[in-house]
Amino acid sequence: MINKQKILYFIYLHRTGLTVTGLSLTLLLYPLFENNPYTLGLTNLIAINAIVVLGLNLFIGYAGQISLGHAAFFGLGAYGSAIATVTFEIPPWPAMFIVATLVALVALLIGIPILRLSGHYLAMATLGLNFVVHTILLQWDEVTGGPSGFSGIPYLSFGDFQFDDETRLHYLLWGAALISLLLCLNLVRSGIGRGLSALAGDEVAAEALGVNTRNAKIKIFILSAVLASIAGSLFAHCYSFVSPDSFGIFTSTDMVIMVVIGGMGSIWGSLFGAALITLLPEWLDLFETYKDFVHGGILVLVLMFLPQGLVTGLIETIKVKLVLRRRKDAAT
Amino acid sequence: MLQLKQISKNFGGLPALSEVTFTVPKGQLTALIGPNGAGKSTLINCITGVLEPSSGQIHFQNQQITALPAYKISRMGISRTFQNLKIFPRLTVLENILTGLTCEGGNSMLMAMLRLPYLRHRERKLKLRAMDALDRFGLADKINWPAGALAYGDKKRVELARATVGQPQLILLDEPVAGLNAEETAAVGEQLRLLRSAGHTMLLVEHDMALVMEIADQVVVLDSGKCIATGSPDEVRQNPLVLEAYLGRMDATA
Repeated sequence: MINKQKILYFIYLHRTGLTVTGLSLTLLLYPLFENNPYTLGLTNLIAINAIVVLGLNLFIGYAGQISLGHAAFFGLGAYGSAIATVTFEIPPWPAMFIVATLVALVALLIGIPILRLSGHYLAMATLGLNFVVHTILLQWDEVTGGPSGFSGIPYLSFGDFQFDDETRLHYLLWGAALISLLLCLNLVRSGIGRGLSALAGDEVAAEALGVNTRNAKIKIFILSAVLASIAGSLFAHCYSFVSPDSFGIFTSTDMVIMVVIGGMGSIWGSLFGAALITLLPEWLDLFETYKDFVHGGILVLVLMFLPQGLVTGLIETIKVKLVLRRRKDAAT
Repeated sequence: MLQLKQISKNFGGLPALSEVTFTVPKGQLTALIGPNGAGKSTLINCITGVLEPSSGQIHFQNQQITALPAYKISRMGISRTFQNLKIFPRLTVLENILTGLTCEGGNSMLMAMLRLPYLRHRERKLKLRAMDALDRFGLADKINWPAGALAYGDKKRVELARATVGQPQLILLDEPVAGLNAEETAAVGEQLRLLRSAGHTMLLVEHDMALVMEIADQVVVLDSGKCIATGSPDEVRQNPLVLEAYLGRMDATA
C-alpha cells in the first residue's frame, strides 16, 4: 500500500514531465504504424499549427489580450524564409533565425503602440495588421510573387540528410512542436507565468503584485510572434511553396478558434485545439464547404457558454462542482 | 516608515483629498477611518500608485515614491488587499498565493523557459513558503481548490495570505472584514493581531469601529478628503470633530 502511494505521488509530482515523455514516445513511434503520406501530412500540419497556437495561447490565455492578426507573423516568417533562401541564397537554418529576429523586431515596433489598446480596439488593430501584411504579400509582385505565390523554396537539411518526405518532416516538425511545448510549459510554471496569469485575471491586481504589465504584454507578444514566425518558416520549407491565401484573416481567426477550443491559458489544450480544428474538415465533408460558417458557429457557441474555452471550461466546471459538493458535505 | 505630506487629489476639479498629512510608524498598526466618501480608498490608491496624486509627496523608507508606477511601489515592499476582492478565481488557492511571490520568481523569460535546476529549486522553496502561509490562515486543506469556489470569508483570507506571503515592509488592508459575520471578523482580527506581533507594519482601512478601536495603535480620521484627527484610539474617540463627522453637528439639529 505504501509503495503504491509512493508511486502515485511520484506520478503526481512529475505529471508534466511524464506526459511530455509519453507524448514524445508516441510521436517517435507513430510513423512505424502509420505510413500513409496523406495522414502524415495532416499530422504534420497539426504540428505547425500547434506551434502558432502555443504562442497565441500565451498571449490570449495568459496575458489576457486578443490578437486577430497572428497569421501576419506566420506569413512574415514563411515569406521571410522563402525570400531569404531563394532570392538572397542564405542557407535555410540561419535564414530561419534571421527572419525570426526580424519578426521579433517588427512585433516590438508594432507592440509598443498597439498594446496600449485593449479589448475590441486591440482586436481591430491586430486585424488591421493582418490586412496590411496580406495586402503587401499580394501586391508586391517583384518580391513576393504576388497572388500566384512563391515556389522553389529548398527543403531543410542536416548535411546530406534532407527533410523531403512526410516521415522525415514528421520528426522535424513534431520535434519543433515538442520543444515549443516544453518551453511554454516551463514558462507558465515559473514566476513569470504566474505574473502573466495574474495579468489575465486582473490588471490592477497584477500591478499591485509587482508585475510590470506593459512590459509583460510586449514580451509575450514578441514571443508569440517569434513562435508564429518559426512555424511559418517550417511551413515554407515543408511545402516549398507559399501563397498569400494561407495568411489571410481567416487563418488568424482559425488560430483563435484553436485557442478557444483548447481553452484559454491551457498549454495542453492548445495542442488539442490545433489537432481538432485541423482534422475536423477531414472527418466531415460538411466542413469542407461550409468551413468558415462552422468555425464561426463553434466560436460563438463556446464563447457564449464557456468563455474560458471549451476543454478548460468543461474541466473547471466539473472541478468547481466537485468542490462545491464537498463544501456542502463538510457543512452538513 | 510611510510619510504622506500634503497629499491632494482632484477628480476634474472636484477635490477628493486635500492636503492629507500623516505618518505610519514602523511596526505599528495604523487605522484609517472615516465616513463613506471620505477619500479612504482614493488615498490607498494614491499610495499604491494606481492613482497619481495631484500634489503632495509620499515617502517610503526615506525614498520618494510619489507617482511611481504601481509595480515599482509593490516591489519596494508595499503590498495590499482590495476592497472588492481581487483574487484570481480560475487559479487554485495555492497558485493564488504564489502570485504574491511573483517578484521572487525571477525576471528573465529565457531562464524561465529553460527551467534549469536552480530554478526548480527556487520554485520548490516558494511553494513551501506559500503552503506555510496557507497553514497560518487555516486554508491548508483547500490548497487545490479553484479559488472561485471558496466561501466569501475564505476568499478574504486568501487575499490576506497573498498580501503577506512575500514578507512585505508595509501592508495596506482595504476593508478586510467588510461583509464578514461576527465570527469571521473575530478570526481576521486575530490574524491581524498575529501579524502585528510578528512585526509587520500595517495601514488598515476599516468601517468596523469595534475592530479598529481594539487593535489599532494609531487612528487617522478622514472626512471629506481632509485629515481631521490623528491619535490613539481613545483620543480619537473623544475628539469632538470626529463625533461631528460621524454623528452630525449637535447644535444644527437642536
